[in-house]
Amino acid sequence: MSAVDVPEQESWFHRNQQRIAPWLFLAPGLLFFMVYVIVPVFQSFNLSLYEWDGLGAAEYVGLRNYEDLYWEFYDRDAFYISLKNNLIWLLLYLAAIPAGLFIALFLNQTVWGIRLYKSLFFFPFVISQVVVGLVFTWFYDPTFGLLNEFLGIFGLGPLNVLGDERFVTYGIIFAGLWPQTAYCMILYLTGLNAVDPEQIEAGRLDGAKGLRMLWHIILPQLRPATFIAFVVTIIGALRSFDLISIMTQGGPFGSSRVLAYYMFEVALSEYGFRMGYGAAIAVILFLIMLCFIAYFLRSMYREERGY
Amino acid sequence: MHSMFKRTAAALAASVALAAPVAAELTGELRIFLDTSNPAPRATMEAMIGRFAEQHPGLEIETTVIDREAYKTQIRNFLTADTPDVANWYAANRMKPYVEAGLFEDVSDLWAEPAIADNLASTKGAMTIDGKQWGVPYTYYQWGVYYRKDIFDELGLSEPTTWEEELANCQKIIDSGRACYTIGTKFLWTAGGWFDYLNMRTNGFDFHQQLANGEISWEDDRVKQTFANWKQLIDMGAFIDNHQTYSWQEALPFMVKGDAAAYLMGNFAVAPLRDAGLTDDQLDFYQFVAINPDVELAEDAPTDTFHIPANASNKEAAREFLRFVVSPDEQTQINNGSNLGQLPVNAQSSVDDDKFLQQGFEMLSSNSPGGVAQFWDRDAPAEMAKASMEGFQEFMVKPDNADRILAKLERARQRIYDN
Amino acid sequence: MFPKPIEKQPRAAQISYQAMLPLALLLWLGPLLAVALFSVKPAADFTSANYWGLPSSFEGAHNYGQVFFNSDMPRYLLNSFLITVPTVIGCVALSSMTGFALGIYKFRSNIWIFFMFVAGNFVPFQILMVPVRDLTLELGLYNTKTGLVLFHIAFQTGFCTLFMRNFIRALPFELIEAARVEGISEWRIFWYVVLPLMKPAIAALSVLIFTFIWNDYFWAVVLTQGAESQPVTAGITSFNAQFRAAYQLMSAGSIVAALPPVAMFFLMQKHFIAGLTLGAVK
Repeated sequence: MSAVDVPEQESWFHRNQQRIAPWLFLAPGLLFFMVYVIVPVFQSFNLSLYEWDGLGAAEYVGLRNYEDLYWEFYDRDAFYISLKNNLIWLLLYLAAIPAGLFIALFLNQTVWGIRLYKSLFFFPFVISQVVVGLVFTWFYDPTFGLLNEFLGIFGLGPLNVLGDERFVTYGIIFAGLWPQTAYCMILYLTGLNAVDPEQIEAGRLDGAKGLRMLWHIILPQLRPATFIAFVVTIIGALRSFDLISIMTQGGPFGSSRVLAYYMFEVALSEYGFRMGYGAAIAVILFLIMLCFIAYFLRSMYREERGY
Repeated sequence: MHSMFKRTAAALAASVALAAPVAAELTGELRIFLDTSNPAPRATMEAMIGRFAEQHPGLEIETTVIDREAYKTQIRNFLTADTPDVANWYAANRMKPYVEAGLFEDVSDLWAEPAIADNLASTKGAMTIDGKQWGVPYTYYQWGVYYRKDIFDELGLSEPTTWEEELANCQKIIDSGRACYTIGTKFLWTAGGWFDYLNMRTNGFDFHQQLANGEISWEDDRVKQTFANWKQLIDMGAFIDNHQTYSWQEALPFMVKGDAAAYLMGNFAVAPLRDAGLTDDQLDFYQFVAINPDVELAEDAPTDTFHIPANASNKEAAREFLRFVVSPDEQTQINNGSNLGQLPVNAQSSVDDDKFLQQGFEMLSSNSPGGVAQFWDRDAPAEMAKASMEGFQEFMVKPDNADRILAKLERARQRIYDN
Repeated sequence: MFPKPIEKQPRAAQISYQAMLPLALLLWLGPLLAVALFSVKPAADFTSANYWGLPSSFEGAHNYGQVFFNSDMPRYLLNSFLITVPTVIGCVALSSMTGFALGIYKFRSNIWIFFMFVAGNFVPFQILMVPVRDLTLELGLYNTKTGLVLFHIAFQTGFCTLFMRNFIRALPFELIEAARVEGISEWRIFWYVVLPLMKPAIAALSVLIFTFIWNDYFWAVVLTQGAESQPVTAGITSFNAQFRAAYQLMSAGSIVAALPPVAMFFLMQKHFIAGLTLGAVK
């Protein structure tokens, strides 16, 4: 019996090898990803319906956490401020894209030593955001910050950027733009390398120069770079946590919070014990992100079909 | 098998040696988590643990020192997983979440032992929840106004005792081109100190407790009076600028350089001020002035504590460690001026000759008839503490927003205590 | 080439361009240079308010000595390596397989699984925070490097799969078909045919993941707590608490913490940029 079975099984495997193999290759990665990413997303959705201090037993409260969020929004409390700041982040962070393009255009030359310049310009992206946060905290310091030294030259200031609720979010975003611009720059530098020289020549013959050339001939060819720059910048803006945590801890008086930080604050910080509430905030953040994820996936899907 | 025999033997030895407390041979591992990350407290604690280890050579002690601020968020993790045998923390409401979640060991048995019952009575209340004790204190310290005596002398000022004197002094300091007080409110709690004093001096100790317990509206006229008094100082320009960007340590140089004349702080500020070069001739202390003559003086004197996590594995050794920490000699030693520079919790211990400790001890034992509070963020529940201290910080920067801030705090109160 | 090459411009433009380059760079790296300057100053310069002048004495050796011999910094650095390197290996191993599966085989759910990886990669971390923390606690891996490594591997698999799959798609498919005709098993095709071709992708991905993981702060805060397991990004906050207001030491500490990925970048620049810009060109 078994003597007959073995070769038959082997041949079954052999025959179906191409159907089974992908699943075997996928299994470990998929398992990890399920356990640590996909399932937790749903767990968070579930948790947002509970009140839980992270220590004792969780209590089901239905949509109460969301109701509280609504009232915080209505009263213009922390949640409102976080949401507003998130929008500011989303909008202003996008400035990294034109800024990156600008620097890329500036550096896209072949003079002596340009490679080193390009690397050094890119360098902020490699540094941890924690260090970027510290560097800029000192840059803004009201007593010895480089910023105030600089403003002093023009008889302006002193300005306490991180201590003033009007400026603090912009100050942090500016710090965030530093590495993000470097990232966009490198994307565009690579993109510029691949621009078709014949089209440029054709454009020149048509009398296109400067901005017109950039707009009509170069930018369309840089679309893939722009798309990636857009994706990474949006994600970066919505994930902004490190800088806020290092530079202000959401202060002064909560005016630089964003959802990602506020969520951590209510759930795990010194005075935070509201896991369910934190989960509810994370769900809102996730839903905002979902709009973008859907957009990215749609773009990718179209491209896939185009293959 | 072997280890079981060893354990039985140890247990036998323990029961035999009941009469001689130190003789019991403790074995195994004792893991201690500490938040004393500043250099002086860190060295003190490590030395104390070293002495304990000498007495118990069979014990393998592992000490982990975690950054003081980070510790506050990490405690809830290590109480549930990877649990140490001993951890330090704070008294009163600050330990309540962990007590209620069953994460701290009930150590009422220790408090029943005469050595502790007789000598630690004054702090028993702060360690008690639901009629049981959940840890032991190891130090406490006074709060009050630390000031630059040389600047006061230069301006011809003397230590004030009334609000009018305080304001008059402050005006003269401002006229001399300085700020009256340095403060760094980046981490919020320092503003809680100012609120505590102004509120307890305006409305008394009982009011402080009721407010912390959520029994009083934040829009109550008495709270508004506290804020009105506070506003007098803010409007004068009494506090340094940009305090919202500094930690309490970063605010120290203003006092050291003489840009500010005083600091409302706990006694732990003395060590770094001395380290920065201020001599005892330059530095002095006075009790926060009376404001409302009808209320009795009450002080903030936060108590720091040691606990045994409920999930600890070597509770026997942990209990022995707690006994060791509160023993009269250790208390004298770790709290003396060259170590923690704070007050011992054991009545048998002696207070260091240090002038600040003597003044603080004197003040707390004889001139605080209203009562002794722990501190705003230890008396109020965590969430309320956070929301309110953020409000205090905002108020100190934007005093005109008082009504809006109080309305916000009142909404927070209704939500937080409602649960 | 766009913009017009500077060599074809007038001489004056060339010179001013050459002059502007270092100036622009100085401005761009200004905040960082300031920190580098701080890190070699003596403590006295800060008390005497000599923030921006030349150091009154050169204390670089002393300051960096403090960082290396008088703090937990070396331990944090070691932790960072012990977290980063296994993560890189794990991610590359898992994602070359998932990338191979999704890049080579045609099956109905292929694109949906692929999109799941991509979407998961974009998810805000915060929504994973509480469940992942609980899971790690339950596994008994809280405050261990292993706990952090496992999560990082899982999460980065999303990005790595996207990367690997797109790379494999671009390989000549005829090679695989030829191998199949020869009757070579799928595993051996993966191992002997595809993997050698993936070397550039693996190199690029390794450098990228190294930097990402080294610089992670959020998960370090959420999943670890002490010097025995915290990487340098989280450790530096403890370091700064220890030396609060000692700016010369905090600056030196920051520079030390930032150095390894910077070194990685300069050593492996080609791979790094190739990895980052994959897809930026069509």
